[in-house]
Amino acid sequence: MTQTPEPRFIPGENYLNKEKTLASWLFTHDHKRIALLYLISITFFFLIGSVAAVLMRTELMFPHGEFFTSTTYNKLFTLHGVIMVWFFLIPSIPNVLGNFLIPIMIGARDMAFPRLNLISWYVFMFGGLFALASIILGGVDTGWTFYTPYSSTYSNGWVIAMAVGIFINGFSSIFTGLNFIVTIHKLRAPGMTWFRLPLFVWTLYSTSLIFVLATPVLAITLTLVALERGFGIGIFDPRIGGDPLLFQHLFWFYSHPAVYIMILPAMGVVSELIAAFSRKPIFGYNFIVYASLGIAFLGFLVWGHHMFVSGQSIYAGMIFSLLSFFVAVPSAIKVFNWTATLYKGHITFDAPLLYAFSFIALFTIGGMTGLMLASLAVDVHVTQTYFIVAHFHYIMVGGAVMAYLGGIHYWFPKITGRMYPEMLARWAAVFLFIGFNLAFFPQFILGYMGMPRRYHVYPEEFQLLNIISTSGLPLLGIGYFLPLTYLGWSAFFGRLAGPNPWDAPGLEWQIPSPPPSENFACIPIVTRKPYGYDPPPDTHEPEESPEESHVR
Amino acid sequence: MTFALLPYEDSSYATSVDAIFLSLLLLCSAISLAVFAVIIFFCIRYRKGSGADRTHYPSEARQIGIELTWIVIPFIIFVGLFIWAGNVYYEMFSPPRDGLAIYVIGKQWMWKIEHPGGQREINQLHIPANRNIVLTLTSQDVIHDFDVPAFRIKHDVLPGRYVRMWFKATKPGTYHLFCGQYCGDFHSQMAGSVIVMSDIDYAAWLQKDHDTPETLAAEGSRYFHSLGCSGCHENSQVVHAPSLNGLYQQPVPLQSGQIVVANDDYLRDSILQPSKNVPAGYQPIMPSFQGIVSEEQIIALIAYIKSQRTTEPPNPGSAHDPNP
Repeated sequence: MTQTPEPRFIPGENYLNKEKTLASWLFTHDHKRIALLYLISITFFFLIGSVAAVLMRTELMFPHGEFFTSTTYNKLFTLHGVIMVWFFLIPSIPNVLGNFLIPIMIGARDMAFPRLNLISWYVFMFGGLFALASIILGGVDTGWTFYTPYSSTYSNGWVIAMAVGIFINGFSSIFTGLNFIVTIHKLRAPGMTWFRLPLFVWTLYSTSLIFVLATPVLAITLTLVALERGFGIGIFDPRIGGDPLLFQHLFWFYSHPAVYIMILPAMGVVSELIAAFSRKPIFGYNFIVYASLGIAFLGFLVWGHHMFVSGQSIYAGMIFSLLSFFVAVPSAIKVFNWTATLYKGHITFDAPLLYAFSFIALFTIGGMTGLMLASLAVDVHVTQTYFIVAHFHYIMVGGAVMAYLGGIHYWFPKITGRMYPEMLARWAAVFLFIGFNLAFFPQFILGYMGMPRRYHVYPEEFQLLNIISTSGLPLLGIGYFLPLTYLGWSAFFGRLAGPNPWDAPGLEWQIPSPPPSENFACIPIVTRKPYGYDPPPDTHEPEESPEESHVR
Repeated sequence: MTFALLPYEDSSYATSVDAIFLSLLLLCSAISLAVFAVIIFFCIRYRKGSGADRTHYPSEARQIGIELTWIVIPFIIFVGLFIWAGNVYYEMFSPPRDGLAIYVIGKQWMWKIEHPGGQREINQLHIPANRNIVLTLTSQDVIHDFDVPAFRIKHDVLPGRYVRMWFKATKPGTYHLFCGQYCGDFHSQMAGSVIVMSDIDYAAWLQKDHDTPETLAAEGSRYFHSLGCSGCHENSQVVHAPSLNGLYQQPVPLQSGQIVVANDDYLRDSILQPSKNVPAGYQPIMPSFQGIVSEEQIIALIAYIKSQRTTEPPNPGSAHDPNP
């Protein structure tokens, strides 16, 4: 990248200290400030969702329902699911890291639509208000899946308020996706060709396609539920002429791709981290690009694998099973490529890499158990049990949240201009990894033994494994609490990081930390592929430089 | 029940499902551990500052070869897994014709079971060992799920239609029955047990626990007359209605030109929505019994129609004769 810096900046002025009023934050058009607004909001929602999880796991230590009534328990798992999926996981990497990094990584000064970006945050918060209101008013007991006709006819909760919250929230996703797509198409710096984009940008591009194409279906589905519930229009309830399976088809048509909304950006983060800490170009860049697009596409064709025992045709079940095996191929490609990237690298074990390794390990386990679930006859036995619960937590928490935290650590010096305490960060990663496995691995066994999910009262033979599962919670708690505190502290008092603490070649590392409001004094001209890491200065062997050997 | 990693292998599928699962477990563990081992090996060997040789990086062509290898091999394995597991799944949901037919109605929050002999139970299902059991299930309200982990079988139970599942329990004993699909407040208490008995015990259970109840078919026959079905469907000279003798499981040509099999679903639909599938040669004049008959009554009526299978030869002009 040839950069011709022009002293257009006022030295020392950056996006954080340029203006300091509350209004300057609430009405900002700066993608970096909007990213921080999202960071604070989703952290708040994560805390709410976590409290629900702690209450549930505490209850589940006992088989007979010691603390809560069934209704309360049902509301807790609904709250946990809705908040974590729509108000934390889906916006996590895209809206925080993506918002902050996409313009910088492609050499732009902001998003294509800065005001739409801000509106997207307001819409998100407005949807969040509805969700919170429905919780405070009395909650919803349908599960995050809102299966009909229970949700549309029989449930007594505040289903419509919650559905409206998620409906509004969906528009935030659509705005963000649209913004990302247009930004990546139109605002790339000169020379930043598609195949010079960092993989993080590619995965967010794939994610944005899903945002834009799948989210409207969710909006339609929830509208139909509200119509049936509010006005008795028969759509899903067979007593008034509806079809209950129609809901499941529509819901999973959105919600399966939504899983890839959570995992694709995580894969993007991990690609960046592995390259950065092995100081090598990512192995099989093109294959990872096509794998990301392949996942986004195939992800739309596998929704029926949530319905193998639902009553859909068994022939449909078979086609969905085959397609589900196919969608596992691109995920496998990625894991193999990350592993191969380490080959002949210069690996340093900084905290972000530990998070990336956690991701690979837990995502692999989640993916492998996904293969078991794609196997029809096995799925019949383990679907709707704790096996499913464990599987998707390995993907969403073990995968997506680990990558999110890894990314937050890696780009923290860029976002705040300061470093976090390295040792604490490594310990947090270790606590999270151990705590997570302790909490969720026993659930695979519980599931195969037959314990159904969403059970508040369960047979006593399942108690031991439930206690083990709950015992992982304190470790997980420490693992989440540590970064929350030391990152909060470091943001103000950490040692100064300098523009490029990782000695990384990405565009985001070529500008000051924290970046100035307009990112680049002069729009850079890109001349080479990403990940052109120089070998570390202390290596002695004569070596081909990575750019020469891998740049096409 | 005691703690066991694999729940009891007590049905015809348990062995097949466990075999697939254990093979998958071995395969997946082997691949995962291999990947983890390679990562650890690279981490040690290529840690920063190590003296490992970093020259001779694989060429472009070699890299593509490596990529293709790890694309094609998983792909082939996946197709194999799909075929194996798909076969067992197909068998699971293709019930045999000769099974012992038992009806199950789910409602918030209980299972109502009806045996062909007229025995009824709630949250308990008594069955003989080593016989094919064919369950026909429906729900009165929301979606439930009939889940017996020991048999490795479950299926959602939907309102407004029948689903069928079948299994053969191999060992006498008492097994958990769960509701596997979230159905509201007391979902976790919508549980019961499946009691598998030897033939002798089962015969005794049929007799002893109940003072020779009216069979389902006999009960259905009563409804057939009291609901007025017999007025048209039994040798009526006034109304041109298909006779139901010998109808069960026979192909029925419809006005639309389609041919459907007169199974439980068809009979149920024909009672509740008579104009949906009108047999060829008849007028859609039957009134709907939606809201008039209960799920239990429909089941009894179907049992009655079923029982008319062999008593008389089908009349000319009955439903399965396309040209009356």
